[in-house]
Amino acid sequence: MGNGSTPLTKTLAPIKTGSFGLLVKILLLGLVNALAFWVAVVLLQQRYYWMLALLLLGVAAIDYIYLSARTYPLRFIVPGTIFLAIMVIYPMVYTIYVSFTNYGTGHLLSKEMVVAQYTNRYIQRKDLPTYQAEVFKNPDEEFAFLLTDTSGQQLVAVNGQAVPLAETPLPPSDDDGDGSYERLGHYERQSVLKIFPYLSQLQELTFIYEGLLLKTRSPNEFGYFARQYRYDLERDMLTNLETGTDYYAVDGNFQSSNGELLDIGYKTTIGRRNFRNLFTDRRYAEPFIQVFVWTITFALISVVETFALGLLLAVLLNDVQLKLRGLYRSILIIPYAMPAFVTCLIWRGLFNTELGIINSALLVPLFGKAIPWFQDPFWAKVAVLIVNLWLGFPYMMLICSGALQSIPHELYEAAMVDGASGWKRFRTITFPLMLSQVTPLLIASFAFNFNNLNVIYLVTKGRPPIPGAITPTGATDILISYTYRMAFESGSGGNYGLAAAVSLLIFLLVSIITLVNIKSSRMFKEVPQYD
Amino acid sequence: MINQEIGKDERLRRKTWNQIWKQIVIWVCILFALFPVVWVISASFDPSNSIAGQRLIPQNPSLSNFRQLFDREEQPFLTWMFNSYKIAIGNSLLVVVVTSLAGYAFSRMRFRGRRVGLIGLILIQMFPQMLMMVAIYLVVFWLGQYIPFLGLDTHAGLILVYMGGAMGVNVWMTKNYFDTIPRSLEESAMLDGATPFQLLIYIIIPLAVPILVVVFFLQFIAIYSEFVLARVLLTSDNKLTLAVGLQSFVADQYGKRWGIFSAASLISMIPVMALFWLLQKQLVTGLTSGAVKN
Repeated sequence: MGNGSTPLTKTLAPIKTGSFGLLVKILLLGLVNALAFWVAVVLLQQRYYWMLALLLLGVAAIDYIYLSARTYPLRFIVPGTIFLAIMVIYPMVYTIYVSFTNYGTGHLLSKEMVVAQYTNRYIQRKDLPTYQAEVFKNPDEEFAFLLTDTSGQQLVAVNGQAVPLAETPLPPSDDDGDGSYERLGHYERQSVLKIFPYLSQLQELTFIYEGLLLKTRSPNEFGYFARQYRYDLERDMLTNLETGTDYYAVDGNFQSSNGELLDIGYKTTIGRRNFRNLFTDRRYAEPFIQVFVWTITFALISVVETFALGLLLAVLLNDVQLKLRGLYRSILIIPYAMPAFVTCLIWRGLFNTELGIINSALLVPLFGKAIPWFQDPFWAKVAVLIVNLWLGFPYMMLICSGALQSIPHELYEAAMVDGASGWKRFRTITFPLMLSQVTPLLIASFAFNFNNLNVIYLVTKGRPPIPGAITPTGATDILISYTYRMAFESGSGGNYGLAAAVSLLIFLLVSIITLVNIKSSRMFKEVPQYD
Repeated sequence: MINQEIGKDERLRRKTWNQIWKQIVIWVCILFALFPVVWVISASFDPSNSIAGQRLIPQNPSLSNFRQLFDREEQPFLTWMFNSYKIAIGNSLLVVVVTSLAGYAFSRMRFRGRRVGLIGLILIQMFPQMLMMVAIYLVVFWLGQYIPFLGLDTHAGLILVYMGGAMGVNVWMTKNYFDTIPRSLEESAMLDGATPFQLLIYIIIPLAVPILVVVFFLQFIAIYSEFVLARVLLTSDNKLTLAVGLQSFVADQYGKRWGIFSAASLISMIPVMALFWLLQKQLVTGLTSGAVKN
């Protein structure tokens, strides 16, 4: 790094920009501010005050950076940082928040919205009569209804009230004399087709008749309804008015005294419950621990097997006497050159128990027996590890070849003089020197395989399933695929809170691995301290 | 004397055995490496299109699988290809712009937070966006309610998500390359009154084309192969990318569509393999310095 050169910013104190450049800059900055203003209005309407504060702070910072000469270098970094903030840092913080909530299917709405849903539920009273309804509309798009019950008694329902036809202030008129009314005052009768676009609006309308609530059942039928639930703010409970049961708000659900839950829960923070469930609730903990152990096993075996084969091939190909070694190397690299999203799917086809080539062309002819690759937990794991060996060994071969080149030749010569055998030279010189060089890469590879969703998701999808698991979990699921399926592929809907909690644990583990790696490689020694 | 003769003979024999043994091991590995490749090539030309009873050398080889692939209604392969290229190229271009700006500042300027920024970029890179998929899904869902063209099931929204991962290794690579460009050129231009931004555009970027091409292609490969976020965010059939869409060939009736799937696989692989051969040298040097390919 050029330590001797003059830092640009010091020599450039007054920065002159051409007038065209200035114009472009002001236009762009104006655009950003206009966009931010629009978003701010939306945020204000939605009462996202925290986000609003963050947005204003961010925009103020951007304006300052692009207008003040002192912050010149930051102007180059801001564009990338904005993306980073929206799509990495904010989601990271949000993941932490969600992991302490019960967010997910069945708990998607806020408590107010859930209470509103229940208190707007009505059930029809079967003991009271129903009415045939005719719909009338006035020029202001308001509706009136003429209701006729089975005994021929007629009511007019308008403005939230229903009264007998004789007492209505809207004079009915039968213009063509066919016995049915075309108009009620200035309301005109509508055909069913014409009211079709208004159906959802009509369903909201309620009318009171003698203290009872009238409401549509279908576009041309009315009945008496009663509210199903009442909300008591003080005691924070919903009462089912039909059965008289009280449901208290507890941890995101409305729960009766005998433990019965209402279908719709609400979103709320639930402290460490997601984490506690993962470790102590047997329904969650058993599959989770199983997945956790397999994740570590999978990552560890993957690193060891690929490193072993890669190292073997690197050493073999390092022999100058070997013929065609350039060609061999190019062929052996092929798995690495092919995109994993394709090759994993190919392997899945090859492993297919009934039809796959591995059973039909290799195992059955040679051993007379097929292996149930994806049905048996053990063989499914073996299959995943074989695929990962295939995907990973060329990489290890490449890095081992590189490391081999850097081992000084004199060491071998000295060892030969001492009469050390090939194996002994490998054991005492090649292997330890190589290991010290590639250890950071091995740790990185461990971290990569720890989150290797590609292989698991594409080859087995986590199958075969673990029986009795409460979230969709399979014997080959690793933490990341377990999280993915929990959030997006569960038959009973996603459990975002729990998925976020598992993500957070993965974060934590990856951080530890990374820290170890930084220590072992002293990665940042090359970044000098300037200020 | 005699003793020595025997030793020589023995050594020669051992050497030959040594070579044979090495050849055997290597050939076994080559068979392993080529095993899926050979079968998938064979299947793509096998008109029977069935996984059952497939032979290594197909009878009556033909291109019927490739022909069928391009006129399937339920799996619009051409559209997916177009989507993949559009998203990968669009994203990679933006990444090159963003990283060359940031790389320039980190290479040429000294400012408060520079060191923290550089280290922070590497650290943040350690946490794949995949881990935050729930939060990202919700952010995009929310964005889409107010800015529809950035919402769920839009390509612009997906590109925006991918842009979150733009900085990081890419910035380090460009910064390190910029560091190797001598400053004398810039200094003389500066005397003529050029702004740093002009220096970047007119002097640095033309000289740094090789690294920008590498950044572009590496990003292209990464985005072209990404399927986790794409699968979460894209839902309509004609919006999918290849990496997501390809899975639908194997979702059900694996056996019946094996030939078509194989043809699709081969076509999907082409750009990545071509870029790999092109970039082999940079990739291998990048590898030994610690970049793990996904």
